[in-house]
Amino acid sequence: MNIKINNKKIVVKGIETILDVASANGFKVPTLCHHPDLEIQANCRICVVEVVGRDHLVTACSTLVEEGMQILTDSPRVKKARVINLELLFAEHTKKCGHCTLRYNCDLLKLAVKYKIKNNRFPSRKGKRKTYKFANAVEIDGTQCIDCKNCIEACSQIQKINYLKMEGVGINQEVVPVKDKKIACIYCGQCTLHCPVAAAQEQSAWDKVEKFLRAKNKVVVAQFAPSIRVSLGEEFGLPYGTNCEGKIYTALKKIGFNHVFDVNFGADITTITEAEELLERLKDKKAVWPMTTSCCPAWVAYAEFYHPELLPHLTSARSPHIHLAGAIKTYWAEQKKINPKNIVVVSIVPCTAKKYEASRPELGLKGSPQVDLVLTTRELAFLIKKNNIDFKKLPDGQGEKLFNNGSGAAAIYGASGGVMESALRSANALICEHSKNKFCDSHLEFKEVRGLAGLKEATVNLDGKKIKVAVVNGIGNIERILPKLKKYHYVEVMACPGGCLGGGGQPIPTTKAIRQKRLEGLYAIDSRRPIRRAHENKAMMTYYNWAKDHKLSKQVLHTTFSQKKESILTTKKNGPKTIFDFLF
Amino acid sequence: MVKAKNILTKISEAGLVGRGGASFPVAKKISAVKDALRTKKTGYIIINGAEGEPGVKKDGYLIQHHGEEVLNGVYLIDHFLGSDKIKHIYFFLNKEYFKNYVPGLKKILSLQKYQNLEKKLKFIVKPEVLTYISGEESALLNLIEGKKVEPRLKPPYPTSHGLFNSPTLINNTETFYNIYLVEKGKFKNERFYTINGAASRRGVFSLSAELTIEEVLKKTNNFPKFPFFVQVGGEAAGEVLRSDQLNQPVEGAGSIMIYDIKRTDEKKLLKYWLNFYHEQSCGNCTICREGTYRLWQIINQKTFDKKLFWDLITALDESSFCALGRSLPIPVKSYFLNIKQAN
Repeated sequence: MNIKINNKKIVVKGIETILDVASANGFKVPTLCHHPDLEIQANCRICVVEVVGRDHLVTACSTLVEEGMQILTDSPRVKKARVINLELLFAEHTKKCGHCTLRYNCDLLKLAVKYKIKNNRFPSRKGKRKTYKFANAVEIDGTQCIDCKNCIEACSQIQKINYLKMEGVGINQEVVPVKDKKIACIYCGQCTLHCPVAAAQEQSAWDKVEKFLRAKNKVVVAQFAPSIRVSLGEEFGLPYGTNCEGKIYTALKKIGFNHVFDVNFGADITTITEAEELLERLKDKKAVWPMTTSCCPAWVAYAEFYHPELLPHLTSARSPHIHLAGAIKTYWAEQKKINPKNIVVVSIVPCTAKKYEASRPELGLKGSPQVDLVLTTRELAFLIKKNNIDFKKLPDGQGEKLFNNGSGAAAIYGASGGVMESALRSANALICEHSKNKFCDSHLEFKEVRGLAGLKEATVNLDGKKIKVAVVNGIGNIERILPKLKKYHYVEVMACPGGCLGGGGQPIPTTKAIRQKRLEGLYAIDSRRPIRRAHENKAMMTYYNWAKDHKLSKQVLHTTFSQKKESILTTKKNGPKTIFDFLF
Repeated sequence: MVKAKNILTKISEAGLVGRGGASFPVAKKISAVKDALRTKKTGYIIINGAEGEPGVKKDGYLIQHHGEEVLNGVYLIDHFLGSDKIKHIYFFLNKEYFKNYVPGLKKILSLQKYQNLEKKLKFIVKPEVLTYISGEESALLNLIEGKKVEPRLKPPYPTSHGLFNSPTLINNTETFYNIYLVEKGKFKNERFYTINGAASRRGVFSLSAELTIEEVLKKTNNFPKFPFFVQVGGEAAGEVLRSDQLNQPVEGAGSIMIYDIKRTDEKKLLKYWLNFYHEQSCGNCTICREGTYRLWQIINQKTFDKKLFWDLITALDESSFCALGRSLPIPVKSYFLNIKQAN
């Protein structure tokens, strides 16, 4: 069909919204509540456009183009309504920009500047609302909420957890956690990833990190997770999926970290620990099947609350950043002759739930946490910007020599199916090493478990023994597998869509198309690494055997799980105004 | 042999339009549901008898005086759409009507003829809050489904994706009454007018739908002798007209509110409208949630920010999600245009 946008003739094939057609043709229509992951809500009313001949403006996100439509995206009528709506939203959003990790990337702030919003015609009205804190991972600050409901929709539509609801009506409505005792937050942070104004946000730790960086008697080390190297660049305008690991080393050093480690090394520890457990279970006639992964802390939180009966299925292997922190505070500290008590380990992860995981007492070492602080990808981007570091121009740096940057198998930990594939690569190779059969197919890649499908299944031949595996991509798909769980040997569960590359701490926006690009970036890293299997990482195996020889398995390699009756919720009162109300 | 005309053809030929306020052709809606039911197993019927628009009282009048005719209309449509496919019928009533008229309706339903109807008919009581928006058809669907009462994005329309995503026919009580009349050959294109305010004979009157406002007032002996203006189509969403602007038909849900100019306090009237909309806004979209609240603030302030007031009114008209937000500007704008500026 033929339409016109701002007098430009456009031919549209198929059924498309005005927003999609406009974007594809270079016309920028601003949005806030629109998110490709979610059903269209059309409630913020920022994307209104004029269709010539119609009495009212229409929302570009929800209106399909029709033959002959003449659309104006920036006419005086449009601007007038858009400005009023922006002003009204701005009056709902108590400005805390000074302390907000979204400050450099905030659409609301950018729009306010672009449309020269008068910020004083309506008095701010939500200053006294509460902040709901979910463990130490996520918070929803009612003083900043613009009522778009994206957090509720992310929690219900994507994750199917239904922990959030809108209570009350009209101006009194408020996003609150449900009181249903059968529902718990799993700290995944998908609400924060879909909030356009950071009312749902990670509980930030960058300020605490800064304090440690200023302290003189501390050795502050950073370790960054597999997936953030392909997502962080987005925050600085680099193409989706660009591998920035070299720049990340340099940036972290510039921020002031004494040493920088790659969690990929930790992922190799996880893989060998997990692969060995899988092989042991295969030998054990009484073994519990299937074995499931446990490196996703939101999946662990889910299992501990919703399905405690599944806890014996979870591998006891710790997660990569906890593994690496253990290695740093024991082996590395010993080699470097540093008192572990003076080491502060800061993880930079794509995840909000890892903040909670790091605080779990069973993951501590001699009474103090192995990972001291956890930052999300967004918080790191914020710190880089705050320190005026020109990320794009940074030269590539290198990490701490004793530990390397891991195998290819570690790189793909960031993608759904990656943990499974890593463990299978090593398990398969190890089994073949000791095989009595003439032919043992120790193939490297397991492409059946890759990709963004919600549930992936495969049968894998491990030296003649056929094992059934499944990958749950996103906790919203968990119900699809639970009824038939018994038929599998090995199941990977990642709570966020796409795995860690779509994690709750990743850059905003994160969409299906962006997840795909990050995924491609990770598999490209894998294919280029000189070693592709975890157990071929000699430095890692040296440490692994050292830890076992020193009887440190319990302290640094394995963990335990226990039933949780509720998720952790605290409520914070907010003052009527903050200093930042006056600053911005 | 001449094939008997089916009810849809009769309704279409009678030119029946919906009586909830939007005046949508009834036959079109019914056939859309019928079409959708070809491929879907289950459908629903909803009778809206909760009088969403303040000042309209015809639903109650009809249920009280013509309950059987209304139910008969429902019976005919249930039959036409396929009684086996219509899983439930919901009768939406406000609290007062529920209390007063349900016993009478149940009595009618106990008749042998309505045995099947009785089994699947459920009464739904309007909530105490959001009484206005809960009458909006898609918000009503949310109410019945137990979801947050707010309008849904259209399309898809309830005719194909209504209650529990099934084809759903939602019509006003008066529409079902008219369907009955059409079937019996008694339909004379009359409608119910509710006359309120400074009228000498307030009440509900059934008269030709083709009358002008002036004729309705005169025929019911309600044409005032004092200086007055009217609000037509509801006390919230209705348009305000001068006494020399009455040579036009009655729009919307068919109510006429008469205001005695001398006795009407302008500020009070504006406050009534703005307070009503601010309280009734469900909160879903920015401009209605925030805009109605800020308008209400402005009117209650000592200094009246004229520019901001009209900016908000325009933005409500231009960018509201549903008809509720879009309707606030109608009384306010028409009052300023027809009454305030004219004087």
